[in-house]
Formats: sequence, C-alpha cells, structure tokens
Amino acid sequence: MSATNETVQDHGQHHHKDLAHHFDTLEQQHDANTLGMWAFLLTEVLFFGGLFAAYTIYRYKYSAMFEEASNHLDITLGATNTVILILSSLTMALAVRCSQTGNSLWTGRWLLITIAFGLMFLGVKYVEWKHDYHIHLMPGKDWSGKDYWHWQYAKKAKDMETEAHKKGSAEHALPDRKDVLADNDPSLGVRGIQESQQARLFFLLYFCMTSLHALHMLVGFVLIGIIAYFAYQGAYSPEYYSPVENIGLYWHFVDIVWIFLFPLLYLLGAHMGH
Amino acid sequence: MATVSLQSKTFDKFPDVVGRQDDTNYLNHDHSITSWLFTLDHKRIGLLYLVTITLMFLLGGALAGAIRLELLTPKGDFLTADTYNKAFTAHGIIMLFFFLIPSIPAVLGNFLVPLMIGAKDVAFPRLNLLSFYLYFAGSVIALTALLLGGVDTGWTFYTPFSSTYSNSYVIVMAVGLFVVGFSSILTGLNFIITVHRMRCPGLTWFRLPLFIWSIYATSVVQLLGTPVIAVTLGLLGVERTLGVGIFDPRLGGDPILFQHLFWFYSHPAVYIMILPSLGVTSEVIATFSRKNVFGYHIIAFSSIAIAVFGFIVWAHHMFTTGISPYAAMVFSLLTFSVAIPSGIKVFSWLATMYGGSISFDTPMIYAFGFLGLFTIGGLTGLFLSTLGTDIHLHDTYFIVAHFHYIMVGGAIMGYMAGIHYWWPKITGKMYSEFWGKLSAGITFIGFNFTFFPQFILGYLGMPRRYYEYPDEFQVLNVFSTAGASILAIGYSMPLFYMTYSFFFGEKANSNPYGGSTLEWTNTTSPPSPHNFEQTPVVTEEPYHYHGKEAAVVSH
Amino acid sequence: MFEEFKWLPDQASTVAPEVDMLMLFIVVVTVVITALVGALTLGFAIAFRRKSESYIPAPWFGCIPLEIGWTLIPVGICLVMFSWGVKVYSNIVIPPADAMELYAVGRQWMWKIQHPEGQREINALHVPIGRPVKVTLTSEDVIHCFSIPAFRVKQDVVPGRYSSLWFQATKAGTYQLFCSEYCGTEHSRMIGKVIVMEEADYQKWLSEGAESGQALQGRKLYTKLQCVTCHTGNAEAKAPNLEGIYRKHIPISHIDGVKIKDGTKVFADDSYIRESILYPNAKVAAGWESIMPTYQGLVTEEELLQVIAYIKSLNQGQTPPRTEETPTPATIQNKVPNKEVN
Repeated sequence: MSATNETVQDHGQHHHKDLAHHFDTLEQQHDANTLGMWAFLLTEVLFFGGLFAAYTIYRYKYSAMFEEASNHLDITLGATNTVILILSSLTMALAVRCSQTGNSLWTGRWLLITIAFGLMFLGVKYVEWKHDYHIHLMPGKDWSGKDYWHWQYAKKAKDMETEAHKKGSAEHALPDRKDVLADNDPSLGVRGIQESQQARLFFLLYFCMTSLHALHMLVGFVLIGIIAYFAYQGAYSPEYYSPVENIGLYWHFVDIVWIFLFPLLYLLGAHMGH
Repeated sequence: MATVSLQSKTFDKFPDVVGRQDDTNYLNHDHSITSWLFTLDHKRIGLLYLVTITLMFLLGGALAGAIRLELLTPKGDFLTADTYNKAFTAHGIIMLFFFLIPSIPAVLGNFLVPLMIGAKDVAFPRLNLLSFYLYFAGSVIALTALLLGGVDTGWTFYTPFSSTYSNSYVIVMAVGLFVVGFSSILTGLNFIITVHRMRCPGLTWFRLPLFIWSIYATSVVQLLGTPVIAVTLGLLGVERTLGVGIFDPRLGGDPILFQHLFWFYSHPAVYIMILPSLGVTSEVIATFSRKNVFGYHIIAFSSIAIAVFGFIVWAHHMFTTGISPYAAMVFSLLTFSVAIPSGIKVFSWLATMYGGSISFDTPMIYAFGFLGLFTIGGLTGLFLSTLGTDIHLHDTYFIVAHFHYIMVGGAIMGYMAGIHYWWPKITGKMYSEFWGKLSAGITFIGFNFTFFPQFILGYLGMPRRYYEYPDEFQVLNVFSTAGASILAIGYSMPLFYMTYSFFFGEKANSNPYGGSTLEWTNTTSPPSPHNFEQTPVVTEEPYHYHGKEAAVVSH
Repeated sequence: MFEEFKWLPDQASTVAPEVDMLMLFIVVVTVVITALVGALTLGFAIAFRRKSESYIPAPWFGCIPLEIGWTLIPVGICLVMFSWGVKVYSNIVIPPADAMELYAVGRQWMWKIQHPEGQREINALHVPIGRPVKVTLTSEDVIHCFSIPAFRVKQDVVPGRYSSLWFQATKAGTYQLFCSEYCGTEHSRMIGKVIVMEEADYQKWLSEGAESGQALQGRKLYTKLQCVTCHTGNAEAKAPNLEGIYRKHIPISHIDGVKIKDGTKVFADDSYIRESILYPNAKVAAGWESIMPTYQGLVTEEELLQVIAYIKSLNQGQTPPRTEETPTPATIQNKVPNKEVN
C-alpha cells in the first residue's frame, strides 16, 4: 500500500486555535479525546474489577460474617452519600450542557458546585471513618506494632449505641477497652478468632475499595478545578468542549462505581423493614 | 574490516523520497537537551525508550550470566542461595517488565505507528511523554529495590511466601511495577485511539499494515490486563503492611486466589511480548520476499484471536495447584485454541515466501531465525497444554526452555529483526551487513546451545529455581552455560556496529530495502519532524509491489 | 559428571510409561512440524532467492483448501493430544480405592513423611513395589511442591488445605524427590530420596525401629486431648459418635453459625475431619449443639494426621473408654464400660 499522486494539501489551511497540531479537524480531535476517555474508563473498570473479584470470592466464602460486619456500616450515611454523588453527577451534566451551549460562566459554576458535592461526600466519609477508627474497626497495626483491629470492642460499642438509641439519647459513651475480651481470648474459642478474621477481611475490602474510590474523587477534584478555571477564562465553546465532556465521563464513572459499592458493602444483610 | 558491501541495492520501483532543502529531520532540527527530554515527537520518544530499555536489557543479561555461571557446577559455590534467588527474581522482573513488554511497542511502535498510518503524531503526544517518564520512574524504583537488597520471591510473587515470609524489599519492587504498569496502559491506550482516529484518507482497516494490527491487538491486551496486576500487587502490599489475611491461610485467606489474580494478567502479558514480533515478521518477510503477505485478513484476525483467547487460559499455569480436574480440562482445551492462530501465521508466512524474490539482508536472517525458534517454542507449548504431560513438566527446566524459546528466540529475534529493518529509517544510516548477519548467526547458535539442553533437563526432572542440583544434571547445564556465553557475544555485537553506524555509517536513502508501506514510500530517512510533507492518500491494499508509480514527495 | 549422566528419566511407576508414550507422540508431532517448517524455509529461501532486482513476483492472496487444511489438521492433532492428555491425567490424579495411605508434611526446608504403621521419615520415602500408594500432603508454611520425576507425579503442597497424589512403583531403586515450587532460601536443598523396595524388604524395613502405628498414636491423642470426653460413642454423649463416619455423608445443620437447609450433607473425608478439629463451627452435625472447642494451636499438622488416621480406623463399638490405658485398637472388645462423667 502506498499513496499515489493524490495527496491532501494541508498547508496554509486556517488552523482553529483549539486544534492541536497533530490533528486535522476539530471533529477528529473531539472523537479521539472522547474515545481516549472511554478507553481509560475501561481500564478503570478492570482496576476496580480486581477488588470486586476478591470481594465476591470472600463474600461467598464467609457470607455470614460479611453480613454481620456490613451491619456495622451506617446505611443512612451511605445512602446520603449516594444521593450526594448522584446530585453531583446532575450538576456535572449541567456543566457539560452549558459548555456545549457556550455558557462559560455557568460551566465554571456548575463544575465548582460538583466539587462542592464531592467534598460533602468526602466529609461524610470522614465522619464514617472517624467512627470506625474510634471503635477499632480499622484493620492494621497501631504505633506499637500491635493489631489495632478489635472486633469484640466494635460489637460492644454497637450494642451500647443501640441501647442508647432505645433510651432515646443521642450520646453514648464508648466502652472501656479493658472491659472487652481480646479477639483471641480462649473463652471465645475458634469461633471468636474466625469471626474477627472474617469481619476484618470485610472491613479491609471496604476500606480498600472506598479509599480507591475516594482517591479517584480527589484526582477528579483537581481535574475539575483546572477545567473550571479554563471555563471561566472562556476556553470552551460549542466547537471545543471535549475536556468538559470528558471530565464529565470520568465523574459519572466515579459515581457509577459508588452505585455498585453502596449495595455490596452497606446493604448486605439489610432487609426491608429491618 | 571487510570492505565487501553486502547491502541491497535500491529497489528502483520506489524512488527516493526527497526531503527538505536544508536537510532537517527529527534528529537534527534541535540539539538541545530540553528538546529531547521534553519532546512531544513520537519518534524521539521512541529513541528515549530505545536507550533505556537497552540499559535494562544489559542488566537483565548480566543477571542471566550470573545464574548460568552458578549452574556450571552442581554445588552452590559461586553465589549464596539468597543471592541466587534474588538474581533470578531480578532477571525475570527486569527482562519481562522493563525490557520485553515495552520493547517493540515503546520503541518501534512509537516510532512507526503514526508513520505507517500517515499521521503526524500519536493521538495524545503528551500522554506519550508521560508514559516514558512513568517507565523511567518505575525503573528507578525497581533498581532502588535491587540496590536496597533485592527481592527473593521469584517474579511470580507467590503467596504466602511473598506476603508473609519473605524478608526482602517486596513492597518497593511492587511499587516500581505498579508505576511501570501505568506506562504500559497509557501506551496501549494511545495506540488504540491513534489507529482508530488518525488514519490518513483512504486507509481503511483492511489496508493497514499487519504490524499495525499486531500493535493494536497488543494494545488491547495492555489496556485490559495491566490494571489487574496493578490491583493484585496493591493487595499484596496491603497484606504485607497490615497483615490482614487476604492471601495468608493462617488468617483466613486463600493463597491460590493470588495465583488466579496474578496469572489473569501475566498470561496475557506474554502475548503482549510476542504479538508485536509477529507483526514485525509479517513486515520483514513481505519486504524481503518482495511479495504480499499470504492470507492478510486471516493474519489480522489471528492477532485479535490470540489477544482474546489469551485472556481465558490463565489457569494452565496452575494445573498442579489443586484446582478441580474439570477446571483443568477446560483450561487445557482453551489453551490449545491459542496454538491454532499461531500455526496459521507460520504457514501463511511460508506461503508468502513461496514464489517470492527473497533477499538475505540481516532483518530477513533474523526473521528466519524467528520462524524456526518460534515454531519450536510454540510447539513445546503443546506439551504443557496437554494435562498428562504438564504434571511431569510443570516447574521444571522444560518450562524455562519453552518460554525462553518464545521470548528470546521469538520475541527478541523479532525485535532485532525490526530494529535492523527500520534502522535506516530511524537513523538515516546503514549498518554493516557483514556484522549484522554474523551476529544474527552467532545469536541463533548460542541461543539453541543455551536452551535446547534445558528441554531435556526438564524432562529428566530438574526443577526450576535451583542453585544446587544433583550431579546427573551437570553435563546438560554445562552445555547450557557454554551456549549462554556465545549468546552473550551475539547480543553484545549490535551494540557496537549499530552505534558505529549511527555516527559513521553510510547514508541511507528513503527506501533501501524496497518496502511498500507508508514509512518507506512517503518519508525521508530519517523523517522530518512532522513526518509527511503532505498527508498521504491510500488507494489500495498493502504490500502491493506491482506497476507502481510511487508518489514523489517534494517540498 | 559423565558417569551419572542420562538422557531419559527412569520409568519407575505404572503411570510413567503412559506419560512417556504421550510425550513421544508430542515429540514426534513437534519434530515433524519443525522439520517441515525448517525445510520449507530453507527450501523456499534457496529456490526463490532474488535473482534480479527488477523482478516483481505475482501476488498470492489466499488458497482456501490450503488454509482449511493447515487449520483443520492442527485442530485435529490438538484434539488428539487433548483427549489423550485427559486420559493420562485422570490416571495420574485418580487414586485406586485400596491405596495405602501415607502422609507428607512440607515445611521450609524439609519433607516429613509418615507411614500408617508408624514409621516416620525425613526427606526419605520408602515404598513397596506393586502397591498403590496415596500420599496426603499439606504444608506448614508456604507453598511447596512434592515431585517425583521417576514416577511422573507432582502436586503442589498448599498451607491450610490437604492435597494428594498417588503412584504405584514398579521398579526397585532409589529416585529423586524434589520440591518443585520455589519456597525460599533453601528451596534447592529440599530434596529427598524415594526408595522403592520389594515387598518383603519393605516389611522388614517397617518392622525395624518403627514407632507405634499412626492410628495408635492418634488413639493416644484422642484421650490426651479429651476428644473422648464428648465423643464417647454412648447415649450420654455430648458429641456425635465418630465410629465408622469416614467417607460417609453426614447431615449437617449449620455452616459457620448459619442455619442451612434441612437434609444438607457433607462428605466426611480427611479434610472435613481436619476442618472440624480446627474450626468446629464450620459444619456442625445435625442434631448437635455447636459446643466443641477448637484445637487450633494445640495440635501440630503431624498430630492432626495421627488423630485423623485413628478416627478413620474407628469401627463400630471401638470408641475407647474415657479413663483407662487401653492396648492397640485391634484388641478392644465391643463393650464400652458405662463410666460416669467426671
């Protein structure tokens, strides 16, 4: 194969200011950018997929304990976060729409509102994780090298919280660590050790998956921020809006991952009218 | 030095492409360091990769030398056990992740993909530069792991040894691999979009050169497979630091889960390593037979088939781990399915040569070597997909011989064929045919001497990763080490004559070998910075050597 | 170096000749195809070498019969290899029912082998000719691989679970036992010898310095570890009767504390018994409360194998009484005295 006498004269052509030099037309550039983002999101599916695979295998192996461990997650906060993220996808879609119609001001504004929702999401996650930390539901070691995870303590804390709820008071104290059996206390038998290990595996997967998700959100904030800045500068127009569109794709992906994470992590063992 | 010129004469059906008046090309238009380190030119990025992967190859080769020296004698007398274990781990990691996986895609792919499809650059030039720096950073981190003391888990990192028992720098190495993995993903992504969206007018999918098809298939595998190893290494790191029990059975975990996750990527990874060489072979055989490639469509589809089937056979690395016999049978049958497209390619190349007009330039000599060695390597895979024989051969030197035949005899020979074939285009210079053919021959002989005895060793039962072995295995090990010394000479020679040619070689015209693809017919040697003076328009199928009036491109 | 050298491994088991025949077939296929490709490459290179710079060969785009041929013939050969391979594979992995049972534990960096009669070996394995032998394997630490090239058998040895391989030796002699899965520093020194003896010699070897039988050791543990406190085998028992349960289907009611469908049964093999000792709540027998304490950390893998061997040998009426020193299982009479629980 080779060219014949036909060639395309492409020198002296008027170059649109947004057309990168290696592309021939704005349309080609737009297509390439969009396809590139879809391909990247495909790799992200496989990236999260590895964690989902590990989760699926252990969820079936240890189904009882995974359900019990899942009950220690706050469904209300999780559901709130789901709503927050869906709203952020709405504002993102609005931003994309504005960029397509050339409304630079509102492109920037909707993008910043999206970041605000994202920050709210992370705020809720912070509250959740702080709570988990205080009741020793974090797998890992403390400064002295001892295991920080303490399943018996977390169970006792949850019981005390339920008690306090029944009595109607919002505040409740945390149990004294000395009053709680160690996870490997002989009186609990192997059941105790097993429960602790399996619940810890659940929480490890919970923290890994939500941390990876949160990391993607942080990266998203930076990218949205940059694009918002350019939007305010009037960089985007109906002829060239693909950065906004593509960051929209990315953000919707982040949202969809959460839509999968929420039921798998929070709703295990939750029943209607539970 | 011999003065006999064994170079091919210019194929006069493809006239020389005349370049710019001032002779500027992508190499000489800017000499500053920053223009190289911050280049967005795919051709320069290809050269940056060439330098770095060559350095990594030399390091990996030195480690191989240490291994073969130790194996001269049955007792462990040259290295300590720990050092030996770290040596073969480092050899595997460096050769696979830092040499073979990038080699053809990052060097030749980067240089040639835009040229072969009539584009000015890849779709995302800045992403391309980022890919290079990720590779560089990953290499630095991996080398740091080695300097700190190395890793002794084998490149396969099996748990619970790597997660709980090994006292080596597993996490540092895992981070290095994580980073270089992203280089691979982004390169694959870039090529896929480039082929989809940047083809010049008239260049339909079935007019693409077969090298592009193979790079495309490789890129799909890189894109989809690499994230899984990234997350697997991440989980391994988490297990090592937090001691959580994902893979450790004492804590409720499953060590075989690691193997499934690991091989889900690492099997397709071997297709990342071989597919590009298959593409190079198509190009070289076509040009040096001056004939179209037989069965073009089938060869294109077979590349895609290999990429797809490659994802569903991973557990053939795990036949002895205790997976269910039914699962083993399924994976055995699927593994045979990958052999068929490979066989079809080999037979099609033979048919390409049939009735052709064959010249014996160095690239073609390497392609001949590839044909033989890839055939042997691929056929020995049959011993391993067959369950009844795999049990006996698993984790023995038979496996070592099998994969070296494919990866060294196949992939590296293909890489050398490609480097020699496109060297005039990349550098604008001709290398010495005499030294080229000589080193190809020495490499071929040395290779067979090194690895053929290992098939027998494996059948006799010598396990892998042994630094001490029973006396009865010594004769074959001595043969193997002797061969390795010859192979080392064969691989060192190009460093000298190629580098020499870069500075002092005879100037090449734009199409010294008479290739028919766009990089030969429409660009100068070396190409100008923006590749084409005018965007080509393609009007016919590739590998057409008939009744041509090639475009005479002038400024 | 040359005296020891050989080209082909010993064929010392029933399955070795089968594997070698299959190998030979694949070797022939490989050699034929390689020779074909090599000959054609060389032949075409010579026959069609470039004679003139201006000669353009005619293109050849395809030839359907040829392409079908070189696709279907390899497919056919592959199918033959696959099915033959499956046949040999099933002979390799499926042990006969009457195989003699041995146990091997791999750990960094040695093999510990136990015979049912009590003989223990380290890095050595004595077996008789002509009898099928099944080796149940586990690891104490990392993944190892039990490999006897002369028998053409190999099996990964994984911590936390049991695996097994079997063979029937056919030729007297000494053969290599290798660890074939990289396991750390001394991986290459984790090797041993397999000594195949005539039956008479094997019996003689067994009787020399054999410790008391595997099952007897297990019986001692059964009382020492107080299994006999609950698994008394009589009406007052707090735990199921273990007599004759081996390889039976046992109805279970709970898995990991969760109630399951009525009628679910589990197959009581070695792995189940081991699991029940270490994780008593994993599969609780129907009709019994889950009150069994765990023995994790209180038994080694070898002791586990001994207890399991004992339970396997336990027939009707043979559960030992709770507080007396009793002789070997074979001499126990049927009646179990009705002792009070202390």
